[in-house]
Amino acid sequence: MPAIFTKQFVAAGDQVVFMGGFFRNIFRSGFEGNEFLRQCFIIGNKSLSLVGITGFILGFVLTLQSEPTMRDFGAVSYVPSMVAISVIREIGPVIIALICAGKIASSIGAELGSMKVSEQIDAMEVSGANPIQYLVVTRVLACIIMIPLLTLMADALALLGGFAASNINNQMSFTLYFSKAFSALGFSDLIPAVIKTIFFGFAIGFVGCYKGYNSDRGTESVGVAANSAVVAASLWIIVLDAIAVQLTSVFAYN
Amino acid sequence: MEATIQLKENPVTKKQTTEKEIVVAMKNVKKSFGSNEVLSDINMTLYRGENLVVLGRSGQGKSVTIKCIVGLLKQDSGSLSVFGKEVKDLNEDEWKALRMKIGFLFQSGALYDSMTVRQNLSFPLTRVLKLKDDSEIQNRIEEVLEAVGLLDAIDKMPSDLSGGMRKRVGLARTLILKPEIMLYDEPTTGLDPITSREISELILEMQKKYQTSSIIITHDMACAKITSDRVVVMNNGAFIAEGTYTALEKDSDELVRSFFL
Repeated sequence: MPAIFTKQFVAAGDQVVFMGGFFRNIFRSGFEGNEFLRQCFIIGNKSLSLVGITGFILGFVLTLQSEPTMRDFGAVSYVPSMVAISVIREIGPVIIALICAGKIASSIGAELGSMKVSEQIDAMEVSGANPIQYLVVTRVLACIIMIPLLTLMADALALLGGFAASNINNQMSFTLYFSKAFSALGFSDLIPAVIKTIFFGFAIGFVGCYKGYNSDRGTESVGVAANSAVVAASLWIIVLDAIAVQLTSVFAYN
Repeated sequence: MEATIQLKENPVTKKQTTEKEIVVAMKNVKKSFGSNEVLSDINMTLYRGENLVVLGRSGQGKSVTIKCIVGLLKQDSGSLSVFGKEVKDLNEDEWKALRMKIGFLFQSGALYDSMTVRQNLSFPLTRVLKLKDDSEIQNRIEEVLEAVGLLDAIDKMPSDLSGGMRKRVGLARTLILKPEIMLYDEPTTGLDPITSREISELILEMQKKYQTSSIIITHDMACAKITSDRVVVMNNGAFIAEGTYTALEKDSDELVRSFFL
């Protein structure tokens, strides 16, 4: 077998073993509650402005871009529904997950990578403490909780952005805009999207932790860990989204 | 690669140590990284209560040896036993229990840089010893910080500490679990001569206070002279000489003598 395939298989096997370690340690005694909350704060609170602005502009731009075409068809009144469906079903979760992959996966990769280089992870291990439980479980769970919440916030702000944009050229009341947006939405739009973001959160946290925890010893490897965490997490998100869309088409929309 | 030079045993040292309890024993231990054989044939014994200094040029496998003892690396072959237990047979829980008895001072100190000194020291107490009583935790933190002379730095961040202070805090964090074996990976590297001497004297003081058995890897001959009961010299992944500091200073082998020049 060519060396490149062998290397890929070994890397995939390593990830499976690392994932097994994560799941085993979730259910072990000694859950690090304080560290989990600290990570929720770091991942959630410190991403609020980036995610909020992105969400608002997403809705704003989508409305501005689609309104002229919709006007040609005399369907301007459908713009709120169209923006709501596209943001909540697809654009919101994917764009916010990609933004978070850039911010959170890279920061986790760099943090754990530098801990590895400076032997802090080894120090935890030799002291008899459990570094997977303290460093990995807390960060991955925090991502699983916070990415869906950040996405919901971004979705809400995207609708607000859409409302702001629709009032540049037209006059539409707040109540009318949101009643039109929500009239087109159902739980079959929201729930699969939220479930999807839970998996995106797992991908971001897991890939960031895996790349950082398994980085090499040199200082250069910290940058490599951060960079490869973003690339791999983004790829995971795109692939997971493709799978989620197929599953949703079969189970939710039919 | 086979070791070509036979281990020289000092008869005086041998006589002094044969009656003591063995805490670490390594027999024909080998370790390679890919095609690079780092440990070719390690035979070593650490006795209870002694300070064993390991000398050797960089890249000869000194750190790899002590990382095998603590389980950060696994030997490819040979026998490695700690407190009479063969480490390759240990499961995860047995390793955890064993590691509570072994302290490891890393070259950099390896302090957790997102935590204060107090949090660094309470980390092993709450996670490993599972202590809940806050006053007991604080008493133990203050006791070890006082022992290393850094009680004033209790609420500082690692980034606010000098290199010597970081090593002292690292030592305190290791000693707080009251280990029976201490492994020091170049404890004085990167420090000025005065701080190096202070750290060396501190190692000796802590060994007397906590009755630990220690393996000290160093290039610093002043540190070796202050701390050693016995010295071994490593070359090409094997130990080539063993004896007291003064005996090896006059060894017939030029390579061994060259460390003491």
